[in-house]
Amino acid sequence: MNYYKDIPEIKFELENSPLMQRIIELKERNFEDKEQYDEAPQDFADAMDSYDRVLDVVGDIVGNIVGPNAEAVDAEGPHHEGGRVRYASKTYENLEAMNKAGLNGMTMPRRYGGLNLPVTVYTAANEIVSAGDAGFENIWSLQDCIETLYCFGNEEQRQKYIPRVCAGETMSMDLTEPDAGSDLQSVMLKATYDEENQCWRLNGSKRFITNGDSDIHLVLARSEAGTRDGRGLSMFIYDKRDGGVDVRRIENKLGIHGSPTCELVYKNAKAELCGDRKLGLIKYVMSLMNGARLGIAAQSVGLSQTAYNEALAYARDRKQFGKAIIEFPAVAEMISNIKAKLDAGRALLYQTARYVDVYKALEDIARERKLEPEERQELKKYSRLADAFTPLAKGMNSEYANQNTYDCIQVHGGSGFMLEYACQRIYRDARITSIYEGTTQLQTVAAIRYVTNGMYAQVIEEMLGETVAPECEGYKARIQAMAEKLNACTARVKEAQNDELHDLCARHLYEMTGDVVMLLLLMQNATRCPELFAKSLQVYVNLAEADVEKNNALVNRMTTECIENYRQA
Amino acid sequence: MKLNIIVLAKQVPDTRNVGPDAMTPEGTVNRSALPAIFNPEDLNALEQALRLKDQFPGTTVHVLTMGPGRAAEVIREAMYRGADGGYLLTDRAFAGADTLATSYALATAIKHVCPQVDLIIGGRQAIDGDTAQVGPQVAEKLGLNQITYVEEIVEVKSEERTLHSSLIARRHIDGGVETVESALPLVLTVNGSAAPCRPRNVKRVMKFKRALAPLELPQGQTYEDLPYADQYGKKQYLKIQQLTTADVNADLQQCGLAGSPTKVKAVENIVFKAKESKVLTGSDEDINGLVKELLASHTIG
Repeated sequence: MNYYKDIPEIKFELENSPLMQRIIELKERNFEDKEQYDEAPQDFADAMDSYDRVLDVVGDIVGNIVGPNAEAVDAEGPHHEGGRVRYASKTYENLEAMNKAGLNGMTMPRRYGGLNLPVTVYTAANEIVSAGDAGFENIWSLQDCIETLYCFGNEEQRQKYIPRVCAGETMSMDLTEPDAGSDLQSVMLKATYDEENQCWRLNGSKRFITNGDSDIHLVLARSEAGTRDGRGLSMFIYDKRDGGVDVRRIENKLGIHGSPTCELVYKNAKAELCGDRKLGLIKYVMSLMNGARLGIAAQSVGLSQTAYNEALAYARDRKQFGKAIIEFPAVAEMISNIKAKLDAGRALLYQTARYVDVYKALEDIARERKLEPEERQELKKYSRLADAFTPLAKGMNSEYANQNTYDCIQVHGGSGFMLEYACQRIYRDARITSIYEGTTQLQTVAAIRYVTNGMYAQVIEEMLGETVAPECEGYKARIQAMAEKLNACTARVKEAQNDELHDLCARHLYEMTGDVVMLLLLMQNATRCPELFAKSLQVYVNLAEADVEKNNALVNRMTTECIENYRQA
Repeated sequence: MKLNIIVLAKQVPDTRNVGPDAMTPEGTVNRSALPAIFNPEDLNALEQALRLKDQFPGTTVHVLTMGPGRAAEVIREAMYRGADGGYLLTDRAFAGADTLATSYALATAIKHVCPQVDLIIGGRQAIDGDTAQVGPQVAEKLGLNQITYVEEIVEVKSEERTLHSSLIARRHIDGGVETVESALPLVLTVNGSAAPCRPRNVKRVMKFKRALAPLELPQGQTYEDLPYADQYGKKQYLKIQQLTTADVNADLQQCGLAGSPTKVKAVENIVFKAKESKVLTGSDEDINGLVKELLASHTIG
């Protein structure tokens, strides 16, 4: 089994966007690395060929090592020993394979030992790893934290840490505390400057830290004594080689057992300031979180893919009433819905990744030279699109992963409730995706401003104007009607000028937006490749239409008078 | 310590999942029906070589394979996983070789490409022939010690004063394992129970992906005619070295069919015509019959 080769939809997503040309052009700076690095691409086609080969390696490792190890890792889980974490034994096997394959520092520049891959390609790798083992994906994909260090650390820090991550050292982002979960402004971990040793010292504790015993930590801490809000927080780098941070306990979790979730104690731990003081939360954590959210979106898509594979395989195999259960419409519908949501969600995931790629590459170029006015325009455009699409991709895909893994168990019937099938593991693993890196409710908060300021509406209008395959033309009118309902609902909520009503309707507007955007993206896919997507499009258009209808009704029934019914205090 | 290692590898038809068309009516392997793969135990051998390369910087690992042009795939695959390069031993005169002629050809090539070889490592056997003879015969022809059925290289040590090097290996034997030591140079054959080979390294994949042996080029073309032709000029490692009988000064009488005393006397095709299964109903009669049958065969009771 190869988790990349066996799933042609992933390759399609990489190859079938006109944006890819631009992304590679920016990321490779006109292929200037080719003289210096043997592995650097010569041109666009060469780069695409290399990406294909890299993902083939990922798919092979996941198919033959990570995937087959997932059950044992889930059963064993990590161990807490002497203030440290020892991973499940097969986790080390997974890490060893990923390191030998050189799959670290994926997006980092070659001069630090990285692979200089676009975020889009890294996202595909992420999805593939997650399809094999979502818990392991957490440990492996925390390498993405290095992006924040690269963007905001100084050159000395880059040279010190990036090569280590490229060589396979793991990372963690130490943000949450017992009293600061969603509300990170309340972080209290204390950072004080040690004049004598000319370094920062960290004291306090952190909780729910994924891979908390990692080699290199990015830590959010209060550097400004006496402050209580986000403006008193800074970002620090803690190097495990310096010591001073111990693991107090490992959480017992519902899922993602492979990924150790730690409570950490900082005892005068030496740390380096990353970037400027006071920008820790408002700038750096926001950047960190955006990367992590895209990662969770990819993790969710990977889980949905496995839900589909498992459901399909079982339904073809299991016979009742003298035939395979997949022959029964009630079962087939569940599987069709999983596939439609998977394809729609994946289209949104990669569109988001491409937006991130364009603006990140331009931002990086801006570190080397002044951007031309049109480049600045482009940066602004894609940066806004990425900001708007990231919470949509994360929230929608994580909710879909939950629905899809639920349906996957349902397809299995009683056997699905037993612990011997993979479906129960992915169901437990999926549950966290709509919670961590910002709950779906917080993704809604991040996205709603783009609903009310008309940004999504503009994207939707532009996409509706694009040419589609003749057989898709019929859908356009239906999508148009859905978009009109979304616009009417938005207008209604804005006119009410009531914050509470706005917040109550936000999730509904968010879902309607997600439905329409994903539907349009899926229609583009079906236009380019009907063999892969025509069927999913036909299923998804019905699902999306029904969902828009439901949310439309909910928003229309929401009046200032009925707010009272939703108050639970 | 730096070691010069040659890994013997073979491209074989994947005989592990054979279908009904795996054999031709003439009783030979139907190569077109089976995918060509890196012989599995040769991958275990490659891993042992690469571990030594990790352990002793400056160590070189080259793959030697005998076969047609497409067998260069084995060399590329080894380069993706960490080998420095390889040699494709290829000549019409090598065709039809049995294990004796094969080991003659390989031994002759090793003398030519790596006179100072420290270690020759191959898989225990290839899955198409299952003879396990080639490794040991190469050792005999080169007059070297051999350790067969190796599961792990425990240690390689070098005495500073005399520069005398030796290797300790754990080998699989019937009913257990045995740890043995031998001086270098040495031939090892590696068992499938040894560590699996590491995956491809993506930087190496990107670096070596265009490596080709001359025989792999389209008919009548040279490296200059290929896409990215300039790369072949700049990067010599993209040209996989090819060796003929003449290149290695091989005695043609000992090569290929001429050098192969083995003659296949007859080939028997064994085809399962009917499925060896019995269908039982839920009737008491059938159940009774089955119980009696199982008791009679001592399967139960």
